[in-house]
Amino acid sequence: MRSEYDTVVIGGGPAGLAAAIKAKELGMSVLLIENREFLGGIPMQCVHPGFGLHYFKEDLTGTEFIHRIIERFRELDIEYYTNAHVLEIVPYSYRHKILRVVTEEGIFEVRAKTVIYATGARERHTFEIGITGHRVAGIYTAGEAQTMMDIYGIMPGREIVIVGSGDVGLIMARRFTLEGAHVKAVIELMPYPGGLTRNVVQCLEDFGIPLYLSHAVTRVEGKKRVERVIVTKVDENLRPIPGTEESIECDTVVLAAGLVPYLKVIEKAGVKIDPATKGPVVNGYLETSVPGIFVAGNALVINDLVDYVVEQGEEAAEGAYEFVKNGGLPALKWRKLVKGRNIRLAVPHYLADTKDVTIYARVAEPEENVKLRFPEIGKEIRLPFVRPSEMIRVKLRGDEIARAEGRITMEVVRDE
Amino acid sequence: MKTRIAIIGAGVVGASIARVLSQYNGLEVHLIERNVDAGMGVSKANTGIIHPGHEDDPEKYPLRAKLCVEGNKLWYQWTKELGIPAKWPGELMVALEEEDMKVAEYYLELAQKNGVPGVRLVDREELLRLEPNANPNAAGALWAPTAGVMSSPMAAVALTENAVDNGVKFHPETEVRGIKVKNGEVKGVETNQGFIETDIVINAAGLYADRISAMAGIDHFTIRPRKGEYYIFDDDAGPKVRRIVHQTPTPTTKGVYVITEMNDGVMIGPTAEDLPEDAKDDTSTTKEGLEFVWEMAKKLVNGLPPKSRVIRTFAGLRPEPPDGRWIIEAYDDPWGFVNVAGIRSPGLTAAPAIAYYVVEELIMDKLDVKLTKKSHWNPYRDAFWFKALPREKQAELIKRNPAYGRIICMCRTITEGDIVDIIHRMKRMGVKTISLDGVKLRSGVMSGTCQGSYCRVRIANIIARETGIPLWKVSIKGEGTEYGIGDIKVLLRGEKNAE
Ligand SMILES: Cc1cc2nc3c(=O)[nH]c(=O)nc-3n(C[C@H](O)[C@H](O)[C@H](O)COP(=O)(O)OP(=O)(O)OC[C@H]3O[C@@H](n4cnc5c(N)ncnc54)[C@H](O)[C@@H]3O)c2cc1C
Ligand SMILES: Cc1cc2nc3c(=O)[nH]c(=O)nc-3n(C[C@H](O)[C@H](O)[C@H](O)COP(=O)(O)OP(=O)(O)OC[C@H]3O[C@@H](n4cnc5c(N)ncnc54)[C@H](O)[C@@H]3O)c2cc1C
Repeated sequence: MRSEYDTVVIGGGPAGLAAAIKAKELGMSVLLIENREFLGGIPMQCVHPGFGLHYFKEDLTGTEFIHRIIERFRELDIEYYTNAHVLEIVPYSYRHKILRVVTEEGIFEVRAKTVIYATGARERHTFEIGITGHRVAGIYTAGEAQTMMDIYGIMPGREIVIVGSGDVGLIMARRFTLEGAHVKAVIELMPYPGGLTRNVVQCLEDFGIPLYLSHAVTRVEGKKRVERVIVTKVDENLRPIPGTEESIECDTVVLAAGLVPYLKVIEKAGVKIDPATKGPVVNGYLETSVPGIFVAGNALVINDLVDYVVEQGEEAAEGAYEFVKNGGLPALKWRKLVKGRNIRLAVPHYLADTKDVTIYARVAEPEENVKLRFPEIGKEIRLPFVRPSEMIRVKLRGDEIARAEGRITMEVVRDE
Repeated sequence: MKTRIAIIGAGVVGASIARVLSQYNGLEVHLIERNVDAGMGVSKANTGIIHPGHEDDPEKYPLRAKLCVEGNKLWYQWTKELGIPAKWPGELMVALEEEDMKVAEYYLELAQKNGVPGVRLVDREELLRLEPNANPNAAGALWAPTAGVMSSPMAAVALTENAVDNGVKFHPETEVRGIKVKNGEVKGVETNQGFIETDIVINAAGLYADRISAMAGIDHFTIRPRKGEYYIFDDDAGPKVRRIVHQTPTPTTKGVYVITEMNDGVMIGPTAEDLPEDAKDDTSTTKEGLEFVWEMAKKLVNGLPPKSRVIRTFAGLRPEPPDGRWIIEAYDDPWGFVNVAGIRSPGLTAAPAIAYYVVEELIMDKLDVKLTKKSHWNPYRDAFWFKALPREKQAELIKRNPAYGRIICMCRTITEGDIVDIIHRMKRMGVKTISLDGVKLRSGVMSGTCQGSYCRVRIANIIARETGIPLWKVSIKGEGTEYGIGDIKVLLRGEKNAE
């Protein structure tokens, strides 16, 4: 290990690997640090297809997808540690950060000109989604259940209720069924499914698994292991309606109730957080409010597609490259991206006219026949539909950004 | 010949008694626990406050009042000896309205009667200086500077480990089903693991102490469960409190606490709901209970962390004796039977003092057993945490054992080395089933932001490796709580799992 790197990448999932590859291709000295015993992140536990349609123009399984990326990473001979953990990032000066890293070989202090933070997300668990009742065996998050099945080869349970109908919940319903378990229901709080229609059909309808919309699991009951869940209808404010309780017998509850960027380490370094994305506030180079710390992947914003994650990793590496080359990002006039009608979240938060930028956004409400509009720069894009579950991805060119004096609003409007 | 003693129940009370008994010569002490580990009963889920001792009226509850004040002092030393994380921020009993100051004054009087040092009334200005996050409209408070907070789930396991190191025999997964009495004297306990012959039986069975007592023929009391529900927030979620904050008790509510736990997360609770006698295992949370806690806590402080930062809700059950009186007695008939029953709050605080009381006043004086102190008694438990060591020590440790360089629980920074060390110590203590909860009680793994969704499978995998059982068979807390149901492909083929 050398004592100083142009960039240190934290997290060896698709975002981190892509960032490291790009950084190396750009000629930077790179070190990648991964906490688990293997590289690859979440796709390592995804044996289903649906990965890489944009990036490789092929429908791959998660493991196939990540295998290709890891091959490329190995070819470039990039320095990395697995079973290694960054305890702390100290923003020592504008141009240098000091990282304290625990590895099996000892504790190192590494100096880095830039840091790319790509630690992914954590899953929301029972206690933060208002489920009451007994704390018994048989309750898992989807990712935990998936890791048990696809990495460690053990089966979590037999009679299963899944909470949440996002793609993760839907895919897990099919996965359990294929492994011989009985998925009794998928419970969704919202009045519409959270995942892609294709997945609703292929993962639930094809197997006759019931989907309860506008319902919540409000209680788990059991003595030692889960014996049943209480499911309650919710009103339009998503509040349980008393008297509508129904009990479903099961031995297992799987929570696919959403992800939250996992930011323990950079939060302590002082980065600003966006309450909408729950990830850091970033500019068009994916740099956080702490100069020289960049962020990508699910640590930045929860993505549906691994392809976007890889793209963000590459963008963060390009940002880091600019930073290293120029001893910091140039002084720029940043325009704030403002969330307009039906935009729930959008990144990056600040845009400059020096480069083209990809905007990732989510709407608050599903709508059909709409236009995505940036009024200050006179840009409009027609969309047949928008859904909260599907991330919107649009590119703005530098010259388009230049048309705005101050803020740039992004909004969804009806297409008359 | 040695005097043989069986203690039923390895909660904080039974384990404290075991530790005190381990200081004496001429004893053979058996600590009997039906769960897979110590501390999995009442002692696991409470507020963790080391109370100062000004809340019990010495006329009504003389024993409770006295032992709480003494226990508070003893824990100051015991937490250090046993490596149980503790801090001493002091406690504010907040008077929300002007007339509540009278209630505060009443507790000041009790403090004087009980000999609690440093207790005094403070006005609003001083209240806000002591606790900037207190409700700014409060009238004032009673300030009790000797109050502390500890990692209470760790207490019973630490006490048991130290007691075992000093010669006590721990019997987990051993359920007492009968007490043998002959000619008016106890002769031993019947368990699912066979008969254990003893001269003295100490009943410290928590919620079930009434049943054990009845087995010895003393059946004049019942223990009822009183539920308390809580929220815990993430360790980096604010606003926090610096002190232990609660409200002046009213006839209807004893009040909810707001504290900052040892792990830095704010905790609010508990409720106090009386349950029927047969609900001794109902530690479920309820919507109503949690809503009540929220409303009460909101009155107490200026700001709580947002509800979205809650990382855990849980409930505990207090063992409530009739009239709230602790039943700590030795009997002539049957001779040798000792009840330490109905140890409701502040039982955690008083546990060390209860233990000395039982040994000195009941066993030595009342039962007239002559005891002398051992010349070599080890008060220390050599537990350490990788994360709490100075850097040079950390580096040294990794060099000797690379497992200390693998961080398994990212939220609490617990290494594989820490976990393996815990497993070894559990085995040495006599734990037969190394459970996920056992590791959690001792280390705090799986109790941070992610609540185990990231690390539980990795910890289970380490337990499987260290104990030689299949991963799916690793349990949360013993039989019936296995982590999985079997090998995925074996099950799919319809075959039976290999053991
Ligand atoms: C069940 C499921 C199904 C999915 N299905 C699809 C699909 O069909 N198609 C698709 O395109 N996408 C799918 N995804 C989404 C895709 O897997 C994610 O978007 C992608 O993995 C995110 O990549 P990442 O690199 O940001 O994070 P991750 O893959 O989570 O990688 C982050 C890595 O960082 C490590 N780390 C965290 N903290 C630290 C630290 N302090 N120090 C060192 N290392 C650290 C972690 O161990 C992890 O390996 C699915 C996700 C799930 C959970
Ligand atoms: C909500 C709540 C909040 C509290 N807050 C505080 C506080 O802040 N400060 C404070 O000082 N106190 C507090 N307390 C009180 C304190 O927690 C208890 O007084 C104390 O933990 C009681 O310990 P114990 O050893 O008597 O019971 P337990 O911990 O229940 O131990 C009894 C043990 O006996 C075992 N057992 C039962 N039957 C059998 C059998 N037949 N055979 C073998 N073993 C058996 C059980 O498994 C159990 O492990 C609180 C309690 C609750 C519930």
